[in-house]
Amino acid sequence: MKIGVLALQGDFSEHSSMLKKIGVDAVEVRLPKHLDDLDGLIIPGGESTTIGKLAVAYDLMEPLKQFGKSHAIWGTCAGAIFLSKNANSEQPLLGLMDIKVQRNAFGRQVDSFETDLEIDELMKATGTEHPYHAIFIRAPLIESVHGKARILSALEDGRIVAAQEGRLLATSFHPELTNDTRFHQYFITLAS
Amino acid sequence: METKTGTWIEKKGLAQMLKGGVIMDVVNVEQARIAEDAGACAVMALERVPADIRADGGVARMSDPDMILKIMEAVSIPVMAKCRIGHFVEAQILESLGVDYIDESEVLTPADEEHHILKHKFKVPFVCGCRNIGEALRRIGEGAAMIRTKGEAGTGDVVEAVRHARSVMGSIRQLQTMGDEELMTFAKNNGAPYELVKEVKQLGRMPVVNFAAGGVATPADAALMMQLGVDGVFVGSGIFKSGDPAKRAAAIVKSVTFYQDASVLAEVSKNLGEAMVGRNVSQMPEGEKMAGRGW
Repeated sequence: MKIGVLALQGDFSEHSSMLKKIGVDAVEVRLPKHLDDLDGLIIPGGESTTIGKLAVAYDLMEPLKQFGKSHAIWGTCAGAIFLSKNANSEQPLLGLMDIKVQRNAFGRQVDSFETDLEIDELMKATGTEHPYHAIFIRAPLIESVHGKARILSALEDGRIVAAQEGRLLATSFHPELTNDTRFHQYFITLAS
Repeated sequence: METKTGTWIEKKGLAQMLKGGVIMDVVNVEQARIAEDAGACAVMALERVPADIRADGGVARMSDPDMILKIMEAVSIPVMAKCRIGHFVEAQILESLGVDYIDESEVLTPADEEHHILKHKFKVPFVCGCRNIGEALRRIGEGAAMIRTKGEAGTGDVVEAVRHARSVMGSIRQLQTMGDEELMTFAKNNGAPYELVKEVKQLGRMPVVNFAAGGVATPADAALMMQLGVDGVFVGSGIFKSGDPAKRAAAIVKSVTFYQDASVLAEVSKNLGEAMVGRNVSQMPEGEKMAGRGW
């Protein structure tokens, strides 16, 4: 099992550490040729505008779109924005997932928060019962899901924070900043 | 379910999102947009870049809140702003504006010559400068959630940034080979909190994100700092004091992503126009240096 982590900007090394922790090889992806032989790809947290501009500049957009048609991709925060079809803003998007995203939907940094989420599917897949402690940083909100995309997790007030569409996964929070490897394990099951 | 804001994980976490990126000094909305378009991962809103602060002399203070707010409205990326060392009321004001990070900065004239701000008291995260590991860990002890090596701001001379990054990275390597019984003496000799010294040894790196600052003027400078082991780069005067800011800004962004790829660095270094004129730090009188501010 070999998982790539898009390493244009952001907390890609945190994702790599999590993958290593669960015994999966992590490969940094900066150019199209780095996608060869990968079983899946993680797009990390960071600044979605920065990641998008670099992906355009180094001809990654089309190879990433093609990769996503046949492989698992997981975007966290900025990565979730990058995967979406619509982010209510002028910036490069992969448009792979039928989700509409609102950037910085919870406010500025002083409004960033941590909270527990009950994610049935995740708990079932990993055979665990405790809630998932999620870290939101200037987080985007998944405003709505369409087509084949479905809601994986929402806050108590119904606002969507995780979605899945086949082997594509989007979370507006950061599992890579925790010591809880369940989300990475869940993604690996999508990639295998 | 309990929801918490302003936690240590949140504060450190935003800096982790900035890694592999370039934070650019901007003095107005137009520059902020140029920085965002070039791929900056954040901007530092201030009235004068360090090169102008040097040239103008006098007391340098927190910027006009109105100017900071306009920049916050103009861009979607995080906005940082500077307060004076020890000036906790400037910090309170910046926090109330909703800036995403406060830089307690030696570039402004210090307000307190003995004490820094107790940054744990704030919900907004802080970044602070350092010249060595002791200074870095003292700032983290006070609550800084991000560190930057100071370099010498407003000079365009990277030599001090290299000195400070080498000092910090060298100390981290030194700690890796030390016995646990030697750590207290290391803490004493460096004026560093003991618990943080232990943590650095255990982690093999700083406990928070560490950027380089002060003197980065070219893509090669930025990649040099990255290869020395920092997590990202601040560029102050280097962009908007150069001949073609938009092009240079985009080139420096690329150089931080591809810092290990000399062929990309060669490509982005082509035809950038005039770099900032710069000042040679080795010929600068001690009193003019900013890096010595902070304790």
